[in-house]
Amino acid sequence: MSIIKTAIGRRKFLKSSALAGGGMVLGFSWLASCQSLPEEEVLAMPKEWFEINSYLKIGDNGVISIFAPNPEFGQNVRTSMPMLVAEELDVDWKKVIVEQAPYHKEKFGRQFTGGSRGIMSRWEPLRMVGASARQMLREAAAQAWQVPIEEVSTEEGVLHHKNSGQSAHYGEMAAAAAKIPVPKEVQLKEVKDFKLIGTSRKNVDGKQIVTGKPMFGIDYQKEGMLIAMIEHPPAFGMTLKSINSDEIKTLPGIKDVFSIKSYKEDFDKAFFDTNAFPEIVAIVGNSTWEVLQAKKQLKVEWHPFEAYTEKVKNFRGTIDTKNVPAGLESSTQHNAIMNEWTNKKGTIARKDGNPEAAFKKAAKIIERTYSAPFLAHNCMEPMNAFAHVEGEKVHIAAPIQIPSFIVNTLATSLGVSEDNIQMEMTRMGGGFGRRAYGHYIVEAALISQKAKAPIKLIYTREDDMTNGIYRPTYQATYRAALDENNNLTAFHVKAGGIPESPLFADRFPAGAIDNYLAEEWSIDSNITIGAFRAPRSNFMAGAEQSFLDEVAEAIGQDAIDFRLELLDRAKQNPVGEKNDYDAERYAGVLQLVKEKSNWNQNQENKSRGVSAYFCHNTYAAHVLDMSIENGKPIVDKVCCAIDCGIVVNPDAARNMAEGAITDGIGNAFYGELTFKDGVPEKKNFDTYRMIRMSEAPQDIDVHFVQNEINPTGMGEPPFPPIFGAVANAMYKATGKRVYKQPFLGNEQVLG
Amino acid sequence: MATFSLNINGKDHQVELDPNTPILWVLRDHLNMLGTKYGCGIAQCGACTIHLDGIAMRSCILPVSAIKDKKITTIEGLSENGNHPVQQAWLEHDVPQCGYCQAGQIMSAAALLKDNPNPTDKEIDAAMNGNICRCGTYSRIKKAIKTASEIG
Repeated sequence: MSIIKTAIGRRKFLKSSALAGGGMVLGFSWLASCQSLPEEEVLAMPKEWFEINSYLKIGDNGVISIFAPNPEFGQNVRTSMPMLVAEELDVDWKKVIVEQAPYHKEKFGRQFTGGSRGIMSRWEPLRMVGASARQMLREAAAQAWQVPIEEVSTEEGVLHHKNSGQSAHYGEMAAAAAKIPVPKEVQLKEVKDFKLIGTSRKNVDGKQIVTGKPMFGIDYQKEGMLIAMIEHPPAFGMTLKSINSDEIKTLPGIKDVFSIKSYKEDFDKAFFDTNAFPEIVAIVGNSTWEVLQAKKQLKVEWHPFEAYTEKVKNFRGTIDTKNVPAGLESSTQHNAIMNEWTNKKGTIARKDGNPEAAFKKAAKIIERTYSAPFLAHNCMEPMNAFAHVEGEKVHIAAPIQIPSFIVNTLATSLGVSEDNIQMEMTRMGGGFGRRAYGHYIVEAALISQKAKAPIKLIYTREDDMTNGIYRPTYQATYRAALDENNNLTAFHVKAGGIPESPLFADRFPAGAIDNYLAEEWSIDSNITIGAFRAPRSNFMAGAEQSFLDEVAEAIGQDAIDFRLELLDRAKQNPVGEKNDYDAERYAGVLQLVKEKSNWNQNQENKSRGVSAYFCHNTYAAHVLDMSIENGKPIVDKVCCAIDCGIVVNPDAARNMAEGAITDGIGNAFYGELTFKDGVPEKKNFDTYRMIRMSEAPQDIDVHFVQNEINPTGMGEPPFPPIFGAVANAMYKATGKRVYKQPFLGNEQVLG
Repeated sequence: MATFSLNINGKDHQVELDPNTPILWVLRDHLNMLGTKYGCGIAQCGACTIHLDGIAMRSCILPVSAIKDKKITTIEGLSENGNHPVQQAWLEHDVPQCGYCQAGQIMSAAALLKDNPNPTDKEIDAAMNGNICRCGTYSRIKKAIKTASEIG
């Protein structure tokens, strides 16, 4: 048994002082906004709740209420996180109800859904929540029964003392347990003793979703609430000059029209304060349709801005200076500049051995350049936020991935104290990194402050798609040197993008090749970018895995065996010391996918591509089977192997992998946003191609490596490698390598 | 402004508003029925799918004045207790991820099965192609439609 010191009673497990000794009736309404009931009517609600710690309440009838601390956008953390608590608490999952925690950093720690870090960061803390509560219940029973605590056992929400035959359900001991100090140390279960973790549990919100209950930010309602929309510049590189608001104010249902500035002068932006359009026009009215009509009639003058620099606080807490150039940029111009970099030297990020000499001596050099365009996130729920600013008091309800990152900005822009901001986190209709950037919350709050009313800000789809925070456009040039015996003697990657480099210098195949060179470059732009499902990896994986496929072919080796040999070298005798992967686990997913896909067996009429990648602490490998029907690629099957350590909720994890695979195939085939004179050329789903039902894989088969390693994330890792699997299968299917995303472009017909 | 009588999920409602107002916003803003979602406003994503006399329609481009005496069904009225075969199948396969598009997906699937209780894969593709899911739950949706067809 592992004994883990808890940080109890200080920050993480805060008890409300008012509750310190007794029970209380909590006044939450089950059907309001964002709460859920897994077994709703079946569960009788208790008369009284007892708060054991800030995450956990136990009802007098034994019903358990667990706060899901992190916001949800589809990873199913509202199910899997409470599972961690329930496992150690030792309760019947059917008696658990899940509530969404509001933003509260002292009570709920780092409420961050992103970077595939949710489960990983909560793995021990949430189990300690359950384990410490269980210990408090056992202590309460020991005192009541006058027996040693060691003799009090638990089973699915019931306390037992075997020798005396006494037993009580948790609800009966909850009042006493709530008075017991939180223990300083707790024992966590061993993996082999898990009863709940590792079993598939249905989404606790499933019933609410399929019956259309209001759960999302856009569904938020409040008495007297007005609707607000915004108008931002039509092009990157432009800013507000003037608005003609008088005419608009007279339109039916319109209350007010004004401009807002999201940031105070000299405000040092933080990393997630990205916003291409800090000065925008707001329209406030009674109903969405009326505001939409007024928005269409709005006459705004915009003008190009001058180049400027801004200070941005980075993750290390230091300040970066960011150059924002003037000008109206176009994709044709971007592509031409990127193309020049094929022949220029970048900044060296890593160098092992003597790559220059090895390339000079090479019998054969393979050089290929890969590129990918900007992408819009296109969360199905457009950006929105509810805000009610009343003097110093601020109430927010919004879909947001990382509430803590916007609180300081919000407080500064509104001129209020952070302590006066109350923030509810609604369910998000998609996130994918987009909702880590909470500028729309600041906008909603500023609009509410100025309009002196509770407002719900809604972006139209067009506002959403043209707002920026895109996945950048990238390019990577790879070179491989082969000697006369077809041995890989040197490897060179040079990657860059607008406006950031996607390079990970220390990732595979770094560490597996004696002579290795990694270079990078970037070009400033006024088009804003942001995290997009596995940032940078989502391009690098596809480029690298396509190139390795081509090298394996040139060498005359099986695509999987070639990778495994490199990984074996990295394991046995790694080059360099800071290789950013575990070669054994990396090889593990390739071996598993090889076995499960029957890699070596001939697949009739199917063309197969393999790809593997490590990012966000999880390993993923795919084998994709493709056929061509009437000139169109059909993805018949994807076999997938993942090593994310212990899988908390297997079916939900499979769902994540299936989604990442499908989303990745869609972006590989169709995803593209281009610009002309600063204007995004796609504004809605009539022109921005998203994968649809008929294009989705016919079959997806997901396998997990079985081990007892602490869990890592699932939201991002299966996404990047699918781009490589698509490219490699397309080559097998058509005989033509693809280097430029989107692979189908506007043609969408092959051959 | 004009007054309209609407039959929604078997109940009559009266609303007074601009005749051009799409049913989506009548439902969401005026009748507090929030299950039908806004996704694109141009009938390209299917998040706003409702039934009009049993036929799947995109409510974001359907003006209130065009409804006349046709009966509207929304996700809230698809079944009394959330137990329509499609809803049951969705739960069985635990389809949703973020969940935002799912009301529209379910409404499209229910309309499909009403017309064609045993659709082929190609028929499912055709009927569901207008509903976008960025989370990529299509393979589960397809499985759930087949299960619903069996429950049906």
